[in-house]
Amino acid sequence: MPSYRLFALAALVLPLVLGGCSGSDSGSGGASGGSKIAVKATEETCEIAKTELRSGTHTFTVKNDGDQVTEFYVYEGEKVVGEVANIERGETDDLTVDLDKGDFEGACKPGMKGEGIRTTITVVGESEKLAADDPKLAAAVATYKKYVATEADALVVQTQSFVTLIKVGNVEGAKALFPVARVHWERIEPVAEIFGDLDPAIDARENDVEPGAQFTGYHKLEKDLWITKDISKSGPTADKLLVDVKRIVRLAKNEPLKPFQLANGSKELLDEVATTKITGEEDRYSHTDLWDFDANVEGSKAAIDALRPTLQERDPGLLKELDKEFANVGKALDKHRKGSGFKLHTALSKAELRELSDVINALGEPVSKVAAVIAKK
Amino acid sequence: MSEQGPESEASGTPGTDQPDTANRGGRSMSRRRLFGLVGAGAAGVAATGVGLAVNNLGDGAASAAANPLAESVPFRGQHQAGITTPVQDRLHFVAFDLLTNDRAELVALLKAWTAAAERMTQGKDAGPIGAVGGVPEAPPDDTGEALGLPPSKLTLTIGFGPSLFVDAQGRDRFGIAGHKPTALRDLPAFVGDEIDPSISGGDIAIQACANDPQVAVHAIRNLARIGFGTVAVRWTQLGFGRTSSTSREQRTARNLMGYKDGTNNLKVEDTKLVNGHVWVAPRDDQAWMASGSYLVTRRIRMMIEPWDRTPLADQDGIIGRSKGTGAPLTGKREFDLPDFAAKDASGERVIPDIAHVRLAHPDQNNGARLLRRGYNFVDGSDGFGRLDAGLFFIAYQRDPAKAFIPVQRRLSVDVLNEYIRHVSSGIFACPPGVQHSGNYWGHTLLG
Repeated sequence: MPSYRLFALAALVLPLVLGGCSGSDSGSGGASGGSKIAVKATEETCEIAKTELRSGTHTFTVKNDGDQVTEFYVYEGEKVVGEVANIERGETDDLTVDLDKGDFEGACKPGMKGEGIRTTITVVGESEKLAADDPKLAAAVATYKKYVATEADALVVQTQSFVTLIKVGNVEGAKALFPVARVHWERIEPVAEIFGDLDPAIDARENDVEPGAQFTGYHKLEKDLWITKDISKSGPTADKLLVDVKRIVRLAKNEPLKPFQLANGSKELLDEVATTKITGEEDRYSHTDLWDFDANVEGSKAAIDALRPTLQERDPGLLKELDKEFANVGKALDKHRKGSGFKLHTALSKAELRELSDVINALGEPVSKVAAVIAKK
Repeated sequence: MSEQGPESEASGTPGTDQPDTANRGGRSMSRRRLFGLVGAGAAGVAATGVGLAVNNLGDGAASAAANPLAESVPFRGQHQAGITTPVQDRLHFVAFDLLTNDRAELVALLKAWTAAAERMTQGKDAGPIGAVGGVPEAPPDDTGEALGLPPSKLTLTIGFGPSLFVDAQGRDRFGIAGHKPTALRDLPAFVGDEIDPSISGGDIAIQACANDPQVAVHAIRNLARIGFGTVAVRWTQLGFGRTSSTSREQRTARNLMGYKDGTNNLKVEDTKLVNGHVWVAPRDDQAWMASGSYLVTRRIRMMIEPWDRTPLADQDGIIGRSKGTGAPLTGKREFDLPDFAAKDASGERVIPDIAHVRLAHPDQNNGARLLRRGYNFVDGSDGFGRLDAGLFFIAYQRDPAKAFIPVQRRLSVDVLNEYIRHVSSGIFACPPGVQHSGNYWGHTLLG
């Protein structure tokens, strides 16, 4: 999990630079907006604290004061701009959306059904070119977001099964599903990592746990399965994992992304491989690091694939190199496939690990050049 | 790393400073006695100025003022040299485990070391006979690789680890447990630590700094040789380039991330700050530590390959300084003070909340200050085609509980942690300097 804060920081730092060098394009999220707007949802009301906004990125903080579970939508006509669902009684959840000049509607849906209680939101001010000027880059973001959504859904399904196996005490079943469920997490990790509080709860390794915090999440259950060999008391940890995963998935699917974040996310996934998977630090109890390795590379490639049309146009040489190096990583990793999965990290010789390290380093260099290509006009 | 911190965190390592207990005992008594004598003899010889073993200073001495290699740093003084001495360019650091439980042997070794250390810092051979001055049938009492080399500002600084006072089994081997300072405790576990006990801790540490790497290595090699039988080398670390400056006369050096490191370090010219934050005062705790200082070492491996692929804007944001000038992101020049409150047009802080400079800065840490004198290292490669490189962090302070420890805890959210691993940890009590003849390293503790 190491780089959980970096992606978030990248989002924070890069706009300063991109804003300077490329005027009004991709990175200027929230330059004129950036506000937090309280929403109070009850059975009959949907009080939005501010309904006249400036164009930019806005976060609606929705508090459910009603008796049943609710959700909050922002509509532009009938188009859904963003939604946050499953807000339990008494809970608060955030929805962050980019709003350009125009008329919108905010809607609370007590019981998560119907048209909802709607309030008009007016957005004024000059358009900030929120996603991207470039239709190719806007499409890239949309493609990648679809990928994130698909993986996020699969993550919930697999985690649900994993948690069930733990709770019924099926050790062998849980062990077999552990690396498989994590694949979906590892593919979209940079997006999940934006949510700094949840990522450690889900994926921290034992020595990364902050003082005073509890060791929870996948790796705690990994330890219970492989080291402690006792999952009779793992139920609460498993339940919490599922709650946290569901929550982060909801946030991840809603998170507005910028094109450069795709490029940086792709690079970060390879950094993950280079620092924690090659060395076997990630899955230190189960040694299933190669599943994560493969998933990180796939996630990295998905981001590059989404950016492919832009790369083809702006730097075909780089794209060619990327394709070559991704293929090399694939070939190197294929040697260690076993059944539907992989050999254990401990089964690889130093020379074999060295080969994997070398191909990842070879791929990491061209991937690190993508962000600058995306940022330039 | 531009501010004061080591950079990350880590896990507690029970037994970090456990000595090797395998072969302790009296078996090396006679050898110990012998070295005790040699040590005493050496001191005498040095005092009377018998010059048999003096290195060929010749050309070096003549141009001492102009050539930084030629100068020597005084060995004696209220404080040990090598702490506020302007940081030399090279380092050889060693940690030893005691092989004896005999206090007299320990004292004899410290006396022998003191004599050899004083000689070597003044550009002389380690022993009174020298590298080539003795009978051909005997091995020389100096190893010889520094023959002809000037003192190169060599300093040798000793520190005592917690395990010298109470070992891993809880034994008070030398009758000094009652003198163990409260501050001298194994460092706690910090978030993200990957500490390897075999390269951490130690009963005694010696820091050799010099402007010529061969001179630093020569000094440690000869001290280790003198100690054979009484101590065994536990771990060592070479540093090829300084990353800090401890004097306003020095320009700020860069670490292997390419950033100026130690811009805001304590400088020897800031006498008040140095007195308040580096030197132990007589009433702080144990009287024997008065005018001494506590040394913290951390071997910080850098994941330099991923770092090198990180966009410049991210690198600057992670550090909180501009790579070229070293200026804080809110300033133009290196020594401009960071403005932690400044926000950009979109309302974000210019120096991000989790930037290293913010987290490590004294203003954000109740004024905690450290005197850092770390070194860059590259210890070959790690078998995965990556350089085993990083920063060997060294910091001196009056009380680690008010300096290194709280700052390091605060760095647990430092984004820099993505790119570094703390793999070795050490804490040592460095006694006051040797001032008078007959005194030796640690005499205020053992004398």
